[in-house]
Amino acid sequence: MSELAADEALPEPPRDIVPAALPIVLALVMLPLSGSASSWVTLTVASLAMGMMIFIMASGLTLVFGLMDVLNFGHGAFIAVGAYVATLAFGPLAAWMQSDSLLDNLAALLPAGLLAMAVSGALGAVFERVLILPVYGQHLKQILITMGGLIVAEQSLYALWGPQQIPLPLPGALRGSFILGDIAIAKYRVLAMVVGLVVFVGTLLVLNRTKVGLLIRAGVENREMVEALGYRVRRLFLGVFMVGSALAGLGGVMWGLYREQIHASMGGDLMILIFIVVIIGGLGSVTGCFIGAILVAMVANYGGFLLPKLALVSNILLMVAILMWRPRGLYPVTNR
Amino acid sequence: MSDLLTLAGVHTHIGRYHILQGVDLTAREGRTTMLLGRNGAGKTTTLRTIMGLWPASSGTITLAGTRIEALATPDIATRGIGYVPETMAVFSDLTVKENLILAARTGPLDDAQLAWIFQFFPALKKFWLSSAGTLSGGQKQMLSIARAIVEPRKLLLIDEPTKGLAPAIVGALIDCLAEIKRRGATILLVEQNFRVAEAIGDDVAVMDNGRIMYTGDMPTLAANTALQEHFLGLSLEAHQ
Repeated sequence: MSELAADEALPEPPRDIVPAALPIVLALVMLPLSGSASSWVTLTVASLAMGMMIFIMASGLTLVFGLMDVLNFGHGAFIAVGAYVATLAFGPLAAWMQSDSLLDNLAALLPAGLLAMAVSGALGAVFERVLILPVYGQHLKQILITMGGLIVAEQSLYALWGPQQIPLPLPGALRGSFILGDIAIAKYRVLAMVVGLVVFVGTLLVLNRTKVGLLIRAGVENREMVEALGYRVRRLFLGVFMVGSALAGLGGVMWGLYREQIHASMGGDLMILIFIVVIIGGLGSVTGCFIGAILVAMVANYGGFLLPKLALVSNILLMVAILMWRPRGLYPVTNR
Repeated sequence: MSDLLTLAGVHTHIGRYHILQGVDLTAREGRTTMLLGRNGAGKTTTLRTIMGLWPASSGTITLAGTRIEALATPDIATRGIGYVPETMAVFSDLTVKENLILAARTGPLDDAQLAWIFQFFPALKKFWLSSAGTLSGGQKQMLSIARAIVEPRKLLLIDEPTKGLAPAIVGALIDCLAEIKRRGATILLVEQNFRVAEAIGDDVAVMDNGRIMYTGDMPTLAANTALQEHFLGLSLEAHQ
């Protein structure tokens, strides 16, 4: 019998830090190219904020993709629904939204965000039961039916709110920028980074420190064996789908405030970006999704600054480059 | 001794293939039943059908007096079956500890049970906090079996545990399975290695072409070269 203590473990294989270092390397490469330190800081903060918002929207999709092997092209519906539902909450809370007090602003943003998450999550549950459940394991049908779901959701939003774009102005205290010398950092971008980091850390904690998280990670790797251990993976699927939809709804609110306007097709417009992030990150990997989202945002911002014409295809080029380097994405979890 | 598991006239189709063609099989309580047969005979399909991973198209499967053939896999597992698949199916992204935490469905890990497991599989203690993906093939098999016995189960279904393992590890596995048996577990074990089957088995069923061709007790088959050649296409003597 071994005399080793229970907490003595073999050294783990070296952690794969190269993908995690990519955003840092990219930012450092951009430092001399961006002309001035202030431009570099502005571009980098804009990239991080945009990346965090994309991550919030994409993190649910990567788990749904990885755990359930479902190609959900309707994920964008939850983004748009979340943003529209938030406007319902912002109406009665308009005074707090327009206040110059950050506390008043947060008192309006918090319930609006929670309402958006609740409605998007509930819609996700209906979506999964009605549209996804009959087509598990049938990718072509999944693409068709989830795209149909997205169209129905978009048209419903048009019918309820009208075809016009709806303005979504930033709350009073979050307008403008923090000025540090000649560097300007938009206040809302700081909030977006904080929320994105909270979602990222929270998701990692759930996945790594709870039994539900262990089940999700195990289910991503081998769904069948999780069932053979006695766990109902279908219920887990539903829960993950609802959380993923709720996060998409939160991301929709964040994105709407970032753009200061919303429209019914905003979710559909973002889907290509989100799929690129999920594919770059590696199916089922939250960490990969996080790094992928930041890379996509950096390439969009830096590329738009350096070579504006290249910005149109920069994300596709990024995806091609990463898949040529790592065909299964930065941190693949599943073997699909 | 009563029958814990009974399969009666079980047919299983996978796509257009008719794999199990009327399997009749029993596993008696407290005994180890060896399921033998050539590659492709239907042994793995039998275990997967019992677990509900490939549903039976007809026939009945009864566990401790309750029909289970129409139940979903999680419901079958929670009725007290531990399953060790041929592929081992450890969760390589999770640590050894996390793999066992998931297998302990009803509560936290039991220290006494863990100590018992570590007696046979000290490597699991040594690599407790290592990712299962970093383990060797034999250690993964140990973890897969440990997952099935981390809580008391009525029945263990074990699919070719010695496949591809070094002889020394096979010996440790035989010791472990013998100890599990001594504790009164009922085991249905698929095995290609006749030496292992002889060392562990009480009862035996031989499959071919999706049907049970022979049932009896292990000592009788082990002692009868003609029977071995007839049903398995080889004799134990030829293996020695």
